Amino acid sequence: MELIKPNSNINFVGRIKTALIFSLVLIGISLLSLLIKGGPRYGIDFEGGTLVQVKFFNAVDIGSVRTALDSLAIEGLSVQEFGEKDAQEYLISMKKTTGELQGVEDTVKGALTDTFGSDALEVRRVEMVGPKVGKDLRKKGMLAVTFSILGMLIYIWWRFELRFGVGAIFCLIHDVCITLGALSLTNKPVDLPIIAALLTVVGYSVNDTIIISDRIRENLKKMGRGRLPDIVNKSINQTLSRTCITAGTTLMVVVALYFLGGEVIHDFAFTLIVGIVAGTYSSIFIASPLLIVWEKLFPHKKKR
Amino acid sequence: MDKSLKWRVILIVVVIAISCLYLIPSAAKLPSWWGSTFPSEKIALGLDLQGGMHLLLEVEAEKALSNTVDRLVSDLSDVLLNERIPFDRIERVASDKLLLEVLNPTFKEQFSALLTDRFPNLEKLKVDEKEGIVTYTLGLRAEDKEYLRKFAVDQGLETIRNRIDEFGVSEPTVQKQGRDRILIQLPGVKDPKRAIDLIGKTALLEFKIVNDEYDINSALKGEIPSDSELLYSKREDKTTGESTKKPFLVKKRTSLTGEHLQTARVSFNQFNEPYVSIGFDSMGSKLFERITRDNVKKRLAIILDNNVYSAPVIRERIAGGRASIEGSFTTEEARDLAIVLRAGSLPAPVTILEQRTVGPSLGQDSIRQGIKSILIGGAAVVLFMMIYYHLSGAVANFALCLNMLIIFAALAAFRATLTLPGIAGILLTIGMAVDANVLIFERTREELRTGKTPRASIEGGYAKALVTILDANITTLIAALFLFQFGTGPVKGFAVTLTIGLTASLFTAIVCTRVVYDYFLSRMRIKKLSI
Repeated sequence: MELIKPNSNINFVGRIKTALIFSLVLIGISLLSLLIKGGPRYGIDFEGGTLVQVKFFNAVDIGSVRTALDSLAIEGLSVQEFGEKDAQEYLISMKKTTGELQGVEDTVKGALTDTFGSDALEVRRVEMVGPKVGKDLRKKGMLAVTFSILGMLIYIWWRFELRFGVGAIFCLIHDVCITLGALSLTNKPVDLPIIAALLTVVGYSVNDTIIISDRIRENLKKMGRGRLPDIVNKSINQTLSRTCITAGTTLMVVVALYFLGGEVIHDFAFTLIVGIVAGTYSSIFIASPLLIVWEKLFPHKKKR
Repeated sequence: MDKSLKWRVILIVVVIAISCLYLIPSAAKLPSWWGSTFPSEKIALGLDLQGGMHLLLEVEAEKALSNTVDRLVSDLSDVLLNERIPFDRIERVASDKLLLEVLNPTFKEQFSALLTDRFPNLEKLKVDEKEGIVTYTLGLRAEDKEYLRKFAVDQGLETIRNRIDEFGVSEPTVQKQGRDRILIQLPGVKDPKRAIDLIGKTALLEFKIVNDEYDINSALKGEIPSDSELLYSKREDKTTGESTKKPFLVKKRTSLTGEHLQTARVSFNQFNEPYVSIGFDSMGSKLFERITRDNVKKRLAIILDNNVYSAPVIRERIAGGRASIEGSFTTEEARDLAIVLRAGSLPAPVTILEQRTVGPSLGQDSIRQGIKSILIGGAAVVLFMMIYYHLSGAVANFALCLNMLIIFAALAAFRATLTLPGIAGILLTIGMAVDANVLIFERTREELRTGKTPRASIEGGYAKALVTILDANITTLIAALFLFQFGTGPVKGFAVTLTIGLTASLFTAIVCTRVVYDYFLSRMRIKKLSI
């Protein structure tokens, strides 16, 4: 079975302008959303805060949960439905934390049991991250991102020439921007698992770019006399089948995770889906065609 | 069969056998003889899957310093009184400093000698002499401060470990993190609040004499004699939930602390109400006897963490070193208090920096949903590979199954923890591990199209795809390695499974599938590849 015909010859290189404009618009929207909302919305891992997930055994509507918690007068307290519809699960989050043994979660639970009775609910999850740990985790997250990206760039630089790296770097920025933008637009919090997903996306996208670059390099050796745009285009087409199939199988599992993996892993799966789509798109339409743009701006010394 | 093929088949069989060996403990109940010969590590589930509590505490080591300085202030004033050195003011001015005013400069030398002799851990930071008053600023020595801080953390760690051991949690983790932090993980803990109370309580038990010579009402207005302090007895009525606060004016001086405690256990009084009876060691018994002898008719306040539990009147001298703490406890509270007292007090209070608790039901749900998504996501990939690459797809699926086997076996062997993001990592591996085979198959198809024989095409496919596969996997591995380095808890689990999965895929997708082809191509005259 073949999805992509072996002699496919789609002119990706010729569509670089359209692709670039499309990407820049997406990046623009992402940056705009980030700018308006004042950067990504950090989850409690990075910002510090308390999160209490409660499940009611009987139908309780969100309004009455809010009313029950109103008396506490906790600043920045938010209640949202969590999980499947009619799961009667709510996620209560707040900025407040305390280092005391009697934590905020006890106060919250107390207020809820006062209203609904002690047998009406179950606290399924509590996460409290104090400001000090939040700062630590932010630092660790930054370090993980910086070192991973640096590591990948060094690897690309070592394995390929600079001109291949340019496309990879642009793709990297492109994918991270768009994924962060999607998170910002859907108002999903960025925390440690999301950083992990982002880095996986970066690894995946760079991986895609490398495979096409490998092909370009191979074809350059084989048909050194051809025009660079033709060689690049041919290489993209030759690897297109692989790019699509791998994106497909990866998306299959990530979509399974998104729909079946449960609410806790939902945002993580969402990040992966957006990232993989963006990554696949960018390595086909942007990374390699950029090579030609780069070549026009800074001609390669060795005449072919 | 040629030699290299034979060796490769043996290698694969050995890998499968070892993997199975490591997986058996997780899958089945083991006979007793197993552990002595074979590995018995099970796959450990993270707290997010099995439920439990993760707690990061910070020891307020500065408080240990100020406690020490407080004690020194009290000791020093006793010594000065004994030596008849006239002084006016003596007080702690910072966590590690105290201020002393000696009223007569002629005592300077005697004081210096006394200081070096009796208080070697204090050093003179500043000496001011003005109008016949010598003002000393004394501080703890740097090495003593360092020792005290370290001791506060180490002793706190030890105490908490003892408390948890008595509390009864299976496989708890209690370890020092950084300079002054303690990481605690309690899998499967049912009542997190109770656990926190038990772990975090300073449990400083003190006995102080109640100052009944002074009017409590004027003390409440703020006129507190310098040798006394105001403490409260806070109680909550179990039925009404109302809390009451009763003030006590007690002498600042601590007569006796829980340091000399030997036993603490739950007993019941005639109304069947639980209380904690405590017994002192010989030194504590002597002290207790002396205190009760000297203070007959006075009240002795029993104070735990600055909360007055009771203040009975001393009727007569008490020998034998027994006392009781009453406080309208539930049996459970009394039991926990006894545990805490037996394990000793924390040298410095702790605060909670981070707490993550997952209830067992959520953990179960996560496992169920995780397995479901692996099965369905995996099935989709397997099905797709079969449809798209026919028999070759089956070969890739065989590699995928082997990959799963190796991931789980490696998790058990390295005692890594499987977390919910870890499950996601496995799932992602399924999607990405087939990439290696996809690369090989696509190359092989290209070779076939040029009219090469199946055998030559396979060889060409593998040879040309190899470098690309390595290049591609290394970038993801770089990300995974740094995630492992800087990630915590669940995220680390993701990095682990992704790293193992991708590394294993190099073996399964390249070596194992190749063996299958080599075997069939050498055995049979295959004219057409099913690819």
